[in-house]
Amino acid sequence: MTTFLGIPRRSRPSGHGMGHNGLPDSPLRGHTSFPDAARSAVGNTQLRRNLGNATATIRAKRAAVVGELDDWEALRDAGSAVKQQVMARLPELLEQLEAQVTARGGVVHWAADADEANRIVAGLVENSLQPGDAREAVKVKSMATQEIGLNEYLEERGIEAFETDLAELIVQLGGDTPSHILVPAIHRNRSEIREIFLREMPDAPADLSDEPRRLAMAAREHLRRKFLSAKVAISGANFAIAETGTLAVVESEGNGRMCLTLPETLITVMGIEKLLPTFADLEVFLQLLPRSSTGERMNPYTSLWTGVTPGDGPQNFHLVLLDNGRTNALADEVGRAALHCIRCSACLNVCPVYERAGGHAYGSVYPGPIGAVLTPQLTGIDGHDDPNASLPYASSLCGACFDACPVKIDIPSLLVELRGRVVDADRDRTIPGGWDAAMRAASWVMSSGKRFTAAEKAMKAGRVLAGKKHKISSLPPPLSAWTTSRDLPEPPRQTFHQRWRAEHGSSDDAPAPGGEPR
Amino acid sequence: MRIALLATCLADAMFPDVAAATVTLLQRLGHQVVFPQAQTCCGQMHVNTGYFAEALPIVRHHVQTFEAAGVDAIVAPSGSCVGSVRHQHAMIARKGGDDGLAAAATDLSARTYELSELLVDVLGITDSAAQLGSYFPHRVTYHPTCHSLRMLRVGEKPLQLLSTVQGIDLVELPGADQCCGFGGTFALKNPDVSTAMLADKMAGIIASRAEVCSAGDSSCLMHIGGGLSRMRVGVRTVHLAEILAATKESAPAANPASTTATGNVGAAR
Amino acid sequence: MSRSRTAMLQRIREAIAGTPEPAPVPRDYRHTGDHPPGSPAVVELLVDRLVDYRADVRVLAPDELPAAVADALRPSGSVVLADDAPAELVDAASASTTQLIVDRRSAPLSAADLDHIDAVLTTAAVAIAVTGTIVLNAGPGQGRRAITLVPDRHLVVLRADQIVETVPEAIARLEESDTRPLTMISGPSATSDIELSRVEGVHGPRTLIVLIVR
Repeated sequence: MTTFLGIPRRSRPSGHGMGHNGLPDSPLRGHTSFPDAARSAVGNTQLRRNLGNATATIRAKRAAVVGELDDWEALRDAGSAVKQQVMARLPELLEQLEAQVTARGGVVHWAADADEANRIVAGLVENSLQPGDAREAVKVKSMATQEIGLNEYLEERGIEAFETDLAELIVQLGGDTPSHILVPAIHRNRSEIREIFLREMPDAPADLSDEPRRLAMAAREHLRRKFLSAKVAISGANFAIAETGTLAVVESEGNGRMCLTLPETLITVMGIEKLLPTFADLEVFLQLLPRSSTGERMNPYTSLWTGVTPGDGPQNFHLVLLDNGRTNALADEVGRAALHCIRCSACLNVCPVYERAGGHAYGSVYPGPIGAVLTPQLTGIDGHDDPNASLPYASSLCGACFDACPVKIDIPSLLVELRGRVVDADRDRTIPGGWDAAMRAASWVMSSGKRFTAAEKAMKAGRVLAGKKHKISSLPPPLSAWTTSRDLPEPPRQTFHQRWRAEHGSSDDAPAPGGEPR
Repeated sequence: MRIALLATCLADAMFPDVAAATVTLLQRLGHQVVFPQAQTCCGQMHVNTGYFAEALPIVRHHVQTFEAAGVDAIVAPSGSCVGSVRHQHAMIARKGGDDGLAAAATDLSARTYELSELLVDVLGITDSAAQLGSYFPHRVTYHPTCHSLRMLRVGEKPLQLLSTVQGIDLVELPGADQCCGFGGTFALKNPDVSTAMLADKMAGIIASRAEVCSAGDSSCLMHIGGGLSRMRVGVRTVHLAEILAATKESAPAANPASTTATGNVGAAR
Repeated sequence: MSRSRTAMLQRIREAIAGTPEPAPVPRDYRHTGDHPPGSPAVVELLVDRLVDYRADVRVLAPDELPAAVADALRPSGSVVLADDAPAELVDAASASTTQLIVDRRSAPLSAADLDHIDAVLTTAAVAIAVTGTIVLNAGPGQGRRAITLVPDRHLVVLRADQIVETVPEAIARLEESDTRPLTMISGPSATSDIELSRVEGVHGPRTLIVLIVR
């Protein structure tokens, strides 16, 4: 670890230009640093209430179903170890997956980056459509296709991609961006969703109420004809079994089953890290994932398919294996650990920072604690002004994410490690930043007992600041960040060092107390 | 036992009563207390902000200072500083290419305890009133602090200690396991989110109708207390060590001005 | 395409070069449950879980099956069965007043056809009690995936001996499915996308009826 394994510095992708609504031009990088973006999010009272309610609900559900399993920790250990095996054996497992999928009538494509993946998918969609077919595809919720901005790419080529997951539909109709891995519309409450449906869904019933069941029914009606007539579907994958070539999609609504079953062509885009070595490994992950993500003992529907099944489901199957920064991440231990993520979003739901700031503040389709680790790993960091350089600091290191992670990713330690790299990447700056200077000075002071006690004496000045109120309520920047919302107590007359010295002189040992030592 | 006090830089400079109360408790139990006067800081702030190279000399100084003390155990009235000693010191030493220091840090960390760990696990306290003479006739709620809870896994130990204090009315804190938003330099780097977290923590404290909020970390208490003071909530913060060290004889007069008592080192004896 | 394949595999090999051999996978979790497959306790657990998902569940003696099927199909004008459905299912459905339609692999029904059929009646491969999950593996009586998806009412007939307690027990049984498509069903379709509260009934069948034959 003495060599610098720094976050790869790469230039920012050109992206596909600004989307409508002033949305970010990259799915993995916002315009503003996390603290700035969070400042406005924290001030949005509706968002705060929506997120607070939703995350409290899901936290309670998760805790209940996880508490039912007395072997939960053993499952986490197994899940973590399986993922380590996957990373260590990735080349052979990918080749095995490719061979199995191909043997069962599927076609495997390899995409080094977002552009290549988008090109491949667009070409496949074009080839699947006959003249006269509607230029459209139905989509199952997929983080990989969000990460590459596939919908926007297809739109530019005149192909409309219909998101069919309810939350994705809400986001798409609302001209919004996702704010959560699992529930992209978590920042919206029922009445906002009703408004979006009434405004953007031509076939929404005029008397639509904000009752969740009615809203779900409206989505069902809206999408049903699409499902029944779609020629092409695009999906992601939760797992891919190398041993058998089997792919798995875990979902709730049945939109996944619709997309995976009814169209003639299925295109699945999957990050290369999603592999599991054997079919039997599902016995671990099908327990870990549903309980961690939706807080259910099992999600309503899980579909598993292997290549093409004659007479059943899509007769053309394409699997696109996506790199897009993953091999960069894989090359160092932080990135490799982050690639264990199974996208359950438990870490988001338990994160106090996510709960207050919301997903948009992270500027990436991967928000929350794991996003703060994964996003800078995938994009690299382009200097200290890169908004993604602020992500490793978007955590109080409370550790709730580590406890909740079903594959035991030590997110707080990874964040600390990344902070070290952000600092180290800036060491060649000719003019050190304020933090650099302060930290160097503090290091000098704190590595000597004499210097430390001398510095403590200077703190007495704080007593003057405190004055008659015996507290400090206002300090200049950067300490004003503290005093805008909190007082500081008056520094004591004597530090503990001074008290000890007053009582015991230069001796480190207190006189033995009376009575028999125990 | 010969036990060294790791006062922590924050308690040393800002909350000396907390360090003094820790000394009082150990002496009351008949142990020999050592205060290595060369001690400074555990270096956690540097590590958690990403300044590993700057943390290295601090870690080295800490290890040298406490190794030289020749003690059976080291105690700190802070879950987070003990967490740093246990989970970060060896890592920082290894990163700095000093394997000898890493080994020494690991060795030292095995003898370093957070206060409730030492009292319950090592010194066998099961009844604070009977064994420590603890008396604190106030309505108290306890914030477990993240690093005690999740890094050290102290579990119910602090509550066990508090619940057996004579006269105490210990009440549950709603949302106890939620971070207060301090997070070291997080409070400065992300002040808006930190403040939002603090607001919710204060709401829980207010809902508990406690007059005192206690915890095992002066840092979190400084954060929570700073918010309570700013909002004139009328709840004060008192460290676990101070509650345990309080006796019928030393029962302090109400001290409304400060969020912590500001007596001198002898006051709690 | 092949250029990216070569490049990606090369980059992965470089990225993982020199990393230590990972530890073997500890598998200290529960593999079997407390109760044998098909035991009354396991059946009871499955019923409890399915009811929690708001499925309709009945436990029957074998001779009660025809009446139960007829009863469950009563609200439906039409029902589809796979062309390899066992005789007991075909007989039970025939005895009801509901129109019986067979999906023949040689001439499969279109999605639009299925959209006009009210219900589907199938068997299943295995069920997992602890999670309330029914697994279809395209075996006899289960049909193509589309027939259990488009009709709004899914009626599943399970034998008690198909019910295992734990997920690992089920996965072990399913390894024999080879590469046939699998569908795991845990209750009627549902969503938690609005304020993370679960609402039953979205795109998949909105009604799930499970008949367990002792």
